Amino acid sequence: MTDAFRIAKRRRAIHGWLLLSPALVMLSTFAFYPSVATLWASFFSRETRRHPSEFIGLDNYRFLFEDPTFWKVAGNNLLYAGVTIPISIALALVMALWANSKIPGKSFLRTAYFTPTVLPMIAAGNLWLFFYTPDIGVLDQLFGLVGLGSMNWLGRPETSLWAICIVTIWKESGFFMIFYLAALQTIPPELKEAADIEGASRWTYTRRIVLPLLMPTTLFILVNALINSVKLIDHLFILTKGGPSDSSKLILYYIWELSFAFFDSPMAAATTVLVLAVLGIVAALQFGLLDRRTHYQ
Amino acid sequence: MSDPFVELHEIRRQWDGKGGVRGVSLSVPRGAFVSILGPSGCGKSTLLRLLAGLEVPQSGQILIGGQDVTHAAPSARGLSMVFQSYALFPHLSVRENILFGMKVRRASRAAQAEKLAEAVAMTGLEGLEDRKPGALSGGQRQRVALARAVVAGHPLCLMDEPLSNLDAKLRHSVRRDIKALQRRLGLTVVYVTHDQSEAMSLSDHVVLMKDGAVQQQGHPEDLYTRPATPFVAEFIGDPPMALVEGAALGQAAAQIGIRVEKIERAHVDDADLVAHVEACEFLGGETRVLLSHPRARGLGLILTGRRELAPGTALGLALPDEHRVLFPAPGGQKDPQQNYGATDRQTAPRDGRKAPSQQTEEVSR
Ligand SMILES: Nc1ncnc2c1ncn2[C@@H]1O[C@H](COP(=O)(O)OP(=O)(O)OP(=O)(O)O)[C@@H](O)[C@H]1O
Ligand SMILES: [Mg+2]
Repeated sequence: MTDAFRIAKRRRAIHGWLLLSPALVMLSTFAFYPSVATLWASFFSRETRRHPSEFIGLDNYRFLFEDPTFWKVAGNNLLYAGVTIPISIALALVMALWANSKIPGKSFLRTAYFTPTVLPMIAAGNLWLFFYTPDIGVLDQLFGLVGLGSMNWLGRPETSLWAICIVTIWKESGFFMIFYLAALQTIPPELKEAADIEGASRWTYTRRIVLPLLMPTTLFILVNALINSVKLIDHLFILTKGGPSDSSKLILYYIWELSFAFFDSPMAAATTVLVLAVLGIVAALQFGLLDRRTHYQ
Repeated sequence: MSDPFVELHEIRRQWDGKGGVRGVSLSVPRGAFVSILGPSGCGKSTLLRLLAGLEVPQSGQILIGGQDVTHAAPSARGLSMVFQSYALFPHLSVRENILFGMKVRRASRAAQAEKLAEAVAMTGLEGLEDRKPGALSGGQRQRVALARAVVAGHPLCLMDEPLSNLDAKLRHSVRRDIKALQRRLGLTVVYVTHDQSEAMSLSDHVVLMKDGAVQQQGHPEDLYTRPATPFVAEFIGDPPMALVEGAALGQAAAQIGIRVEKIERAHVDDADLVAHVEACEFLGGETRVLLSHPRARGLGLILTGRRELAPGTALGLALPDEHRVLFPAPGGQKDPQQNYGATDRQTAPRDGRKAPSQQTEEVSR
């Protein structure tokens, strides 16, 4: 190795770090540092007037696991994710396939599907309040027409979580549809023609050609949907506030309550760490498992 | 070559009265190799897509094997197609691409394996069966598309400029492969190209199109020696026919075409034309002299061996009567002078000239 070569190499390395540094600084300040700080905070006890905060190791986690509300909320969130993710993705796919076909009023259809996405979640919540409100809501009025009695969709433990799920699906599927639409438009039309000449039915074409080619998009959407199933809770504030009796409470709402209603930030930190860990593991699994079966163009 | 296998009757498909094809008739015998030739945008692909059923004609009739398939689905027409862009399925391996149609038709596993081996051997794709199209070269992709078309076992194969993405050398070798395959399997091939040499060397029948209509069709030799219109004369052959204003040769025809290789050198005093040298191209065995004359275009002279003539040298040319092709004035009243200087290959149609065959007036053969 000559000197000149070594200098050139070092210069390249410096260049590389310089290019990386803005992202590094931003990520460190706004992502890495808060995560580590949260982890650290979760090892301390709650500070009260009498007892200053002290290091208690994993005790916060133990309390959390002994707390039935935590398990209730975790179960709620699992059900919420299990319902909203597959349904909103399936709906998005169906709507995208439809909006991509040669039908009149195609652009109107696309806009109509996309509208829920541009609404803030709070506005969506208010909109759905207008549907769900007992007696005067649209749903009750409709049920009244066919002779069914009034129903408090949001106020009953059996239905509140489902009502929340429906709002989320309504909101999310239009958003995911845009990704599917974009991906569908990258599929050359000759592939359909080639399949037509071979005598493939529409269904065969969709199953054997379109769906595999949409796999990278599906993977991307899946990860997004998963994150959203934890992240997207704004409508809870409008619709149910997690009630009645925690029946529609989701984990992030619970964290918010812990830290801003009960002022127990160490517990909130511990819960956050758990959520982060679970999300990280699931995302890694998704990418690891599905990546191998996915064709990238 | 006997009964017509594919027949088109007055097919029309246009978009808002523009583009596409208008009034094309064609008859293809079984086992023939037919080329559809023409400049870009003349409607070649449209014609092929109409044949394949990917496009529906506004009027006219399409018959394949004696059956009216004008409105039949593509898969009901018993044909395969090689697309200009190959249209391979990018996520499927070569094997799955080739077998896609058989799987759709639920052929037995044994039949699939047999056909695959056959097609792979025929197209020289051995050892590449598990690759994805993305990991193949252009020529290999082209052969996969060919194998996919062949494996279907349909008697009719449509090809849309299958060689346009290949380099010149590969193009020549794949061209020979296609021809050999067609002969071996007794396929009827309709082959779209904008390369006249490809059309001339491959086909039994050439259909030359311009602006959505057929200019002339027939055996390659017919188009070469007896072009119906100046457009055909200038499209076919390398170099194309030279066109001379009729008046310059003292003849009544608007234009007179002659193959460059038939032009002879003559003494300036008893020459038909006196032209000036523009450039000399040495091609190895011969020298092609490019000539200019105010009332002609595409004039040239072929001299054996290597010759060096200074630009501007006056050369006497003899245009043997028996090799002259006369073109009457289009429509009769236009001044043919205006055509000169611009090449016909790019110009828009000057009239609605359609039925080409009566337009030729041959002096002699
Ligand atoms: N779907 C369409 N809508 C409108 N016009 C079209 C359509 N398809 C083809 N055309 C027009 O019809 C004409 C013929 O098109 P076509 O694709 O058949 O040309 P081509 O001879 O295959 O040209 P190339 O050699 O460039 O492939 C063109 O002028 C094109 O603009
Ligand atoms: Mg074309």
